[in-house]
Amino acid sequence: MTIDMLNQAIQGALIGGLYALFAVGLSLSLGVIRFINIAHGDLIVLASFLLMSLSGLLGLSPFVVALFMLPLAFAAGYWLQRLLLQRVVGESVLPVILVTFGLSIMIQNGLLQAYGPDTHKLHGGQIEVASVHMFGLFDIGFFPLAVFFTAIVVIAALDILLYRTSIGARIRAVADDPAAADLIGLSSGRMYAIAMGVVGMTVMLAASCMSVWTNFDPAIGPSRLLTAFEAVVLGGLGSLWGTLVGGMVLGIAQNLGAQMDASWQILAQHLIFLLVLVLRPRGLFPKA
Amino acid sequence: MTGRNQFMTGLAITRFALVAIILALAAGPWLFDLNQQTLLTEFFTLLVLALMWNLLAGYADIITVGQHAFVGVGAYAFYGLAVLADVDIFLAIPMAALTTLLVAIPTMAIIFRLRTAYLAVGTWVAAEVMMLIAGKLPGFGGGSGTSLPIPVVKAFGATLSGRVSTFYAMSFALALLAFGTTWIFLRSRVGLGLTAMRDNEEAAGAAGVDLVMTRIVCFLWTAPFLGLAGVLVTLQKLRVAPSASFSITDWTIYIIFIVVIGGIGSLEGPVIGTILFFLLRGYLAAYGTWYLIILGAVSIGVILAEPRGIWGACRRWGIPDLAPASHGPKP
Amino acid sequence: MSGADDEPLRVEKLNVYYGQFRAVHDIDLTVAAGEIVSVIGANGAGKTSFLKAIMQQADRAEGSIHAFGLNLRTMSTPQIVAAGVALVPEGRRLFPSLTVAENLRIGWEIGRRGSITLDRIYSWFPVLAERRDQPARRLSGGQQQMVALGRALLANPRLLLCDEISLGLAPVVVGQLYDILPKIRAEGISMIVIEQDVVRSLAVADRFYCFLEGAVSLVGRPQDANRDVIMRHYFGG
Repeated sequence: MTIDMLNQAIQGALIGGLYALFAVGLSLSLGVIRFINIAHGDLIVLASFLLMSLSGLLGLSPFVVALFMLPLAFAAGYWLQRLLLQRVVGESVLPVILVTFGLSIMIQNGLLQAYGPDTHKLHGGQIEVASVHMFGLFDIGFFPLAVFFTAIVVIAALDILLYRTSIGARIRAVADDPAAADLIGLSSGRMYAIAMGVVGMTVMLAASCMSVWTNFDPAIGPSRLLTAFEAVVLGGLGSLWGTLVGGMVLGIAQNLGAQMDASWQILAQHLIFLLVLVLRPRGLFPKA
Repeated sequence: MTGRNQFMTGLAITRFALVAIILALAAGPWLFDLNQQTLLTEFFTLLVLALMWNLLAGYADIITVGQHAFVGVGAYAFYGLAVLADVDIFLAIPMAALTTLLVAIPTMAIIFRLRTAYLAVGTWVAAEVMMLIAGKLPGFGGGSGTSLPIPVVKAFGATLSGRVSTFYAMSFALALLAFGTTWIFLRSRVGLGLTAMRDNEEAAGAAGVDLVMTRIVCFLWTAPFLGLAGVLVTLQKLRVAPSASFSITDWTIYIIFIVVIGGIGSLEGPVIGTILFFLLRGYLAAYGTWYLIILGAVSIGVILAEPRGIWGACRRWGIPDLAPASHGPKP
Repeated sequence: MSGADDEPLRVEKLNVYYGQFRAVHDIDLTVAAGEIVSVIGANGAGKTSFLKAIMQQADRAEGSIHAFGLNLRTMSTPQIVAAGVALVPEGRRLFPSLTVAENLRIGWEIGRRGSITLDRIYSWFPVLAERRDQPARRLSGGQQQMVALGRALLANPRLLLCDEISLGLAPVVVGQLYDILPKIRAEGISMIVIEQDVVRSLAVADRFYCFLEGAVSLVGRPQDANRDVIMRHYFGG
């Protein structure tokens, strides 16, 4: 392996932090409510556009705006679940998929109507250009490191929330057996809504990192969903830390694929996913 | 019992009218002008796609968001066979269907490791992979695609009007074939199991319906039809390109809206949905993005209000199935 | 007839439906303060549907249900629990991946504050204290039933509804569980105890109702009841 490839692999692993931020929310909704939100990627894009408008309006860094928006993101997730998704949660996953699918198309086209088809990128300030020189060999950007660190903090915080707090125990109880929870007076609908509120917060954090790191336009939601989905499945269903590893695998595959030919970047990501699916259908770190 | 007799008479008249419409459509090249024939060709193509998506999502509990994969495979297979391999075009068409089936088998082997919600997104990943690979195949024009050579086009008719009529006849035949065989399929033993699955999967499993085998049969059943639809799409557009042949909007998103609004889990639903889709498109297409926003909102509204769509509402009002698959409400 | 503020339960003309099927027919039932009422009946007699209707968890119900003067029909299940009615569901229904302590603590968090604390539950069931950090799914059936009972008790109910606590358990274990009932009553908690095991159930009850095919077929006091009469109203015919 040449130094260049090693460098690419390290940069790819750091992108894994961004992908893990896409994925943790999806993992949480899959683990707790057992549905897949087809609009997950579109919600990240929607949040990115909101950050763009607000940081432009207020003249503040998108990271600062995102922090102030976290309570709002929680409320948005909470009410999305309460008012819409809760109505279709049930034995069959078909209605949830169809409703979130419709939502996805509405968000994409709503953004297209409001902002046009152009690509955008937000400015994160000095942190974007700063880098550290490591082992006398590679330059590692400050920003990718910061995003990777954010992903670790977010996953650790979710881990603590789920396994060390009473609200987390109640969320896990509902994930175990929603009917039993309802029977004894622990409202599954309310716990689902709280879980989706938390998902909303991860979406806002993912949006702040993504909008500064990469270009975005109204149509890129689905590809973010696929990346998040692949990271969740690769990591092992239900494993939060697994999403970080899953994201790193995807990032490394992308960068090494791009080394061969720029057009191989995304194909390499999907192919590594399918390969792992064939070899280890339950992911790299399946939960017992 | 006069009310019941009137009802039966009404049903008989409706069915008679449907047969008359089908016969009129069969005489389409003599009845309709070229624009109408072109529109109906598109209609029949979308109808085939809607019937197939409905068979998977409405009966076999396979929710696919990657149906466009096999449309694209059919299109590329036809181009490869008819243009690159120089196979006779009327042999290339069935061979394209066969190729789609052959691609569907390993695809299924991989993505069937995922279930329910995961499977839905898995089909999407598979479709992305196939589209990206199609853009890399040598001889197909890469990412921007390539046009059908004139001689191949002319093989379907020397004049424009002749070709339009040929494509019309082919798409009408395919739609009839898709509807007819799917109907017969649903009334077969496997189909009985499917209807049981639609109504209650657990009970169907307990009653000895082999759920896995049934799902495999359904998935493979749809592949050649999707591939043939891909051939028709290629003939209408006269070119293949990754973004057009594997268009998620045209071959999956619109189709999902069609089936959801028309009525999932019935044979009438896709037909009603496709008709409605073309009517709506006529009025709303000018509004561009708003058209899709409205379709999204309508489909969400339909799922909340009447999960079985327009035909589901009709059934609740006591209208019996016009094409009862295995066990419609007995009149 | 809404019932007095201190009357634990007054059910009048209750009908419960599952789709087209009527599981409970016109049931009238009361529980007086401090009373243990036993509901007996064969499988499918409508006992569980009756308790679900009280907790507002039945598909569709008609009739009136009042507890402590409150109209339960207008309340949500969490509100009912907070008002002092708790259920030990049929089949225990623990949260299998949660530890014993987490399962119990959920009962405490969703209920009222009162004299029954985690420590008291552990003193009644010492084995649970030993296994507090183990996932509930690793426990034996009897221990799981103790957790289910403890979870409901930690809500500090004034009315406790117990659905088939003895189901699938060895007689020795059932005895241990039933030995707790007097302690529960001593806390001033009224109870409905649903059982298929008539003898065990009548031994602890002040009054009993026998359900047959969704309706009340017999009401009485255990000491007055003749075994053959009960059996006739239990099985019908």
